[in-house]
Amino acid sequence: MKNRTFFWFILPSLVAMVLFIALPIGSVFIQSLYIEHGAVLKEVKSCGPFGCKDEVQIDVAATSQLKEEKPLGKFNGFGTYTNRNHLAVTELKSAWNDSANWSIYFSKVYNLPFYRALAFTLTYTFIVTPLVLLLGFFIALGVNSLPKKLKGPTIFVSLLPMIVTPLIGSLILFWMIDSKGILGASLQWLLDDPNLSLKASPALTWIMLIIYGVWHSAPFAFIVFYAGLQTVPSETIEAAMIDGASRWERTRYVVLPHLVPLIVFISLIQLMDNFRVFEPIVGFSAQASATSLSWIIYNDLAGGEGTFFGSAGATSVLTILGVAVLLIPVLIRTWNDFNRKAV
Amino acid sequence: MGINGEMVILVISHDNKEKKMFLKKVMVAGAFIMLGNTAMAGCGISSGNVNVLSNDFPAIQAVTAGASTCAGDGVTVKTNLTKDHKDIMVAALTANPAEYTSVITSNSTLVTLMNDGLVRSLDDLVAKHGGGLNPSQMVTVDGKIMAVAFMANAQHLFSRSDILEKAGVSSIPATYEDVLAAAKAIKSAGLMDYPVALNTKAGWNLGEEFVNMYMGTGGDFFKPGTAEVAVNNAHGVATLNMLKSLVAYSHPDFMTFDSNATQAEWEAGNLALATMWGSRGGAVMDGEGSSEAVESSTVLSSAPTWGGKSRPASTLWWDGISISANISDEDAEATFVALMHGISPEVIAANNAAAVWLGKGYTPSKASAGVSATAAGGAAPYPMLPFMGTLHSALGSEISDFLQGSESAEQALSDVEAAYTAAATEKGFLK
Repeated sequence: MKNRTFFWFILPSLVAMVLFIALPIGSVFIQSLYIEHGAVLKEVKSCGPFGCKDEVQIDVAATSQLKEEKPLGKFNGFGTYTNRNHLAVTELKSAWNDSANWSIYFSKVYNLPFYRALAFTLTYTFIVTPLVLLLGFFIALGVNSLPKKLKGPTIFVSLLPMIVTPLIGSLILFWMIDSKGILGASLQWLLDDPNLSLKASPALTWIMLIIYGVWHSAPFAFIVFYAGLQTVPSETIEAAMIDGASRWERTRYVVLPHLVPLIVFISLIQLMDNFRVFEPIVGFSAQASATSLSWIIYNDLAGGEGTFFGSAGATSVLTILGVAVLLIPVLIRTWNDFNRKAV
Repeated sequence: MGINGEMVILVISHDNKEKKMFLKKVMVAGAFIMLGNTAMAGCGISSGNVNVLSNDFPAIQAVTAGASTCAGDGVTVKTNLTKDHKDIMVAALTANPAEYTSVITSNSTLVTLMNDGLVRSLDDLVAKHGGGLNPSQMVTVDGKIMAVAFMANAQHLFSRSDILEKAGVSSIPATYEDVLAAAKAIKSAGLMDYPVALNTKAGWNLGEEFVNMYMGTGGDFFKPGTAEVAVNNAHGVATLNMLKSLVAYSHPDFMTFDSNATQAEWEAGNLALATMWGSRGGAVMDGEGSSEAVESSTVLSSAPTWGGKSRPASTLWWDGISISANISDEDAEATFVALMHGISPEVIAANNAAAVWLGKGYTPSKASAGVSATAAGGAAPYPMLPFMGTLHSALGSEISDFLQGSESAEQALSDVEAAYTAAATEKGFLK
């Protein structure tokens, strides 16, 4: 394709990408460098149905001019990134100096909100992604060997967890695993422990969220692998059968190599998705035991009183960086494949 | 997950039944809006737009329904009742003209709106149209009326008199020490394993429990006159320890308990002592969702005191009317008059049990006894400080480690202070 033709061909998607991806990320980054103007406080008398009190209020008139001149706020550089609620540089240093051994150091780091969220986010990503790949692959193999009549209904049922909206799916499970719910009560009966509660301890909450993640994402891997299985050349399989390859050997040496590009594709999507884990934490009311980077952003914008645009921006940029770091190995692999094919 | 989302949309849009259902719903909703707009006029306003944003619970539904009767010739009344009003109000009122002409505010949300100068002084409007109001309903800041309160709310004690009696506890607990003793008696009598509940869901609810309990100590949250936090002290430690003693009698799931969960547990008869919102009192005693045995033995009483102090460990809240700054005076007047109709004695009398009303026409009921007793006992109002919300958020997320037993009270409080300081610096409250 000529360069000129290529340019006109790509222009619409280029414009869309700049408008809907580059500009928003750019604006989020710029916002993350600013904090709000210093508030001028004054003590005034405020009265209500329950009596009067002298209370500090913001002098709106004094700050409004400053706000009009610089609506973005006060430039703070990377101050928001390094403060205690994000990368906590100072706290990391003092924790290092005060800690006698690694376990004390880690417990101090884990006490900081950003690292606590990162710990869960990474654990979730690195446990859920391989399990989804594995489970999806085996479901696809199983469905593929079903008689034709059963395939349609089985595929439909297997896809259900993915069709259910994540928030709704997690809420339904949340009620089912309640100690009075069907799953929670059955577990209590099975393990003979009337006080067992999946919501009560951080460890159990993590396991529950991870199981939910696998349950929710496995159908995605399954359907992609299933589509891939339809393209495995039957000649090769038959040749392998004639050579006396067992079912396992056929899967290992013929089917799997054929599906490698799909494994890369699913890993890519799953790493990105799982790193942004959010809905199950809200659905399971799990924030006391598990938080994620996306949850922190949500909490800055809508969780409590007031909105923290700078904080939310900083965490967003850090999340994007995190996703980029995670994807580098997969991207390098794709790039190498691409070059090999080009030669 | 982008890919999933698209698939779901495809599945639904291919389903014709779904489409028809949706169309039906849209038409029904449309008909309701038409009804709302063509209702009788009779509020003495001839023109103007009224658009109210508010939280969503029965008392507010009554108020906005009352205001909606003013719609008619040249006056439109629209309302948006949503639990997420806090998240949209600042953006909606910053626009000029503002999206909503009024936000139904409370102690904490009024401060958020005032921080950005988004609500106007009501002095003129009250002088012109507020003749029927009680003086105590005026919320004034620096001498200007900024809101008109119409109802009061507070968390207080709910007790089951039948269970207490069976456990040999002769009177309704008046202090949290009594609550602990009663809980112990109930547990050791084998009546309930987890008799106590508070709204301890991590986040805003848990923050509110700390604020309430800390109020009972009489301590200050901030160094007077400044935005510097001051909860890492003996009062703070005692507060945390009291909360921990109480949740020891709560179900292990207590970190997920919000108001809806505790109300459901109460109505199911699983609790004997709970600190819940006064506005839940009406819902618990409404003859629905619960058994006769639970309803008839539910007693609402003042929030307990503790630690030998006399101030009930609770905060008093009001809900009230505010009017946006960025709207025309005509719309402001129409909105104020319409909402005055919403809180008229007739509306209050017709919805007496829905709230502890502050206006004329209210007769105290059994469901409001707890809030009234808490206010009469001298509980303090929730602090109307610009930075209180920031501290509230920090409390809600940082003290859960302590309650789950994985860190000390002092560590939890120093975490709270560190989280608050970082957030308040970003907000411009601290240098």
